[in-house]
Amino acid sequence: MSAWQLYALSGLAWFGVGMWGLFAHAHWVRKILAVNVAGSGLFLVLAALARRATTPAPDPVPHALVLTGIVVGISATALALSVARRLAEVEATARLDEDATHEPAAPPAGADARAGGDAAPPPAGGGAPP
Amino acid sequence: MTEPAWVAGVVVIPLVGALIAVLAGRRAAPIAVVTAVGAAVAAAALVRQIARDGVVEHAVGGWAAPLGIALRADGLSALFVAAVAVVGTAAIVYALAHPGTPHRFHAAWLLGWAGLAALAVSADAFNLYVALELLTLAGATLVALASEAAALRAALRYILLALAGSLAYLFGVVLLYAAHATLELSALGAAVTPGPVTAVAIAAMVAGLALKSALFPLHGWLPPAYAGAPAASAVVLAGLLGKASFLVLVRLWFEVVPPSLRPDAGLLLGVLGAAGALWGAVLALRQTRLRRLLAYSSVGQLGYLFLVFPLGTGPALAGAVYLVLAHAAAKAALFMAAGSIERACGSDELGALRGLAPRMPLTFLTIGLAGLTLMGLPPSGGFVAKWLLLGASLETGQWWWAIVLVVGGFLAAAYVFRVLRLAFLPAAGAAAIARAPRGAELPALALALVSLGLGLAAAPPLALLGAGP
Repeated sequence: MSAWQLYALSGLAWFGVGMWGLFAHAHWVRKILAVNVAGSGLFLVLAALARRATTPAPDPVPHALVLTGIVVGISATALALSVARRLAEVEATARLDEDATHEPAAPPAGADARAGGDAAPPPAGGGAPP
Repeated sequence: MTEPAWVAGVVVIPLVGALIAVLAGRRAAPIAVVTAVGAAVAAAALVRQIARDGVVEHAVGGWAAPLGIALRADGLSALFVAAVAVVGTAAIVYALAHPGTPHRFHAAWLLGWAGLAALAVSADAFNLYVALELLTLAGATLVALASEAAALRAALRYILLALAGSLAYLFGVVLLYAAHATLELSALGAAVTPGPVTAVAIAAMVAGLALKSALFPLHGWLPPAYAGAPAASAVVLAGLLGKASFLVLVRLWFEVVPPSLRPDAGLLLGVLGAAGALWGAVLALRQTRLRRLLAYSSVGQLGYLFLVFPLGTGPALAGAVYLVLAHAAAKAALFMAAGSIERACGSDELGALRGLAPRMPLTFLTIGLAGLTLMGLPPSGGFVAKWLLLGASLETGQWWWAIVLVVGGFLAAAYVFRVLRLAFLPAAGAAAIARAPRGAELPALALALVSLGLGLAAAPPLALLGAGP
């Protein structure tokens, strides 16, 4: 087996691991990482293919593809991470609201004020227990 | 064959507009209007050119393929670019008038416009990948503009599943490049031979694109995304972005897939499409919110498109492309109407529709007219599309697809009339509703009339489709 075949096959293995991870893991960040692993595997296959040519210089087309693919991958990862962070923020405030209504004493002063601000319109039930 | 440099304008104008709109922040709206006008003019010029001279090709910056970017526009490209221009411009007008549209909508949608145009005029498999990823970014951003946790979760699912689909597609591209050292669709089509590598590559690409097209049973990501996105986002997502992967699949299927692989794989796609058409319509009937009803209706209508794979080229392909156009206009109009209703009532619960028709006559006229295309009734564009598909299924002796088309039409009638019936019932109480702005109701009505006009004047678009393979 020549070197480029070894690299290409390991790339395929990486791709398989990444795709498996995307569906096997429940945590968003793990899923995002898994997509990146799968993408990197494909880029490794492409880079290996560039070395396949018998000419001294490697084939430039796969290189161009990998560069484009990396840019695309970084943009998508950045977008996915920023959405994941906003989701975590939104869900955290939602949970804080619940905590604030159920156990008013628990959160520290700063968080309490924030949670109170977020929960300002609805919490009719919190203040008036029967 | 001609080589005018302005062909690139259909992509470059919205792309530059998107960048300026990002920089403009809250003042993005006038930039979106100017960009829409420019991109629509470029689209009209492209349509005119292709109608006159046939296929247009252009190497961007004078760099020839494979390192350069080769653009190629045929009749299918022209029709899709035209649909993007019409629905896209209407969506911007709607966004201006609809209260509460996030200002970042304009930048995200112009990026989506650029991606759709790039997809329509791409002639090689890797450019198509880049266009698909542009659409992933634009589409996920359009969903994530909503700030509720449910919409953000839908946006994350949208990104991850779209990325998985794109990677599966890219995997196939890599295999094909390894085997044939070319990325150009026509050259690939000439080079591929049936064999294990081709079969795996095609299977990966088709599966990835089917996931991105929300083909049954891979449709689970679509309803929460369409129902959770801001109103203007849902318009372009359901009207345009949802069909992009299907167009790539059409190009791949008829230009690259070896004819010997087509019957079996085509039958599988047809069966899944038929199942999606019926299941989507059944689920649409069971929804209690208008936007989820429309989203499941999209799952159903996208299912019909996949009947083109067992039915083949000719009238079936014309029918599927025509359904893309008619449904783009009709579903965009319906999501605009749903957004206006949600705004007026504070909710899109179907119960809130009771007695609403006399208060929002234009909006319900829109729903009725656009509903004709969903049902496939004459004289709508949806009727022409289904008529072509019906004819193709009877002509090729595959009558079972005709049954799917007819039953699906009845189910669509059931959910459209369910909405209209509620709206025309006497109101339960005198609930206060906010008035929908005319600027939001008129573009919806205009698109509903376009979907109707596609049925009344079907000859020119169908002739244009013949202007290239």
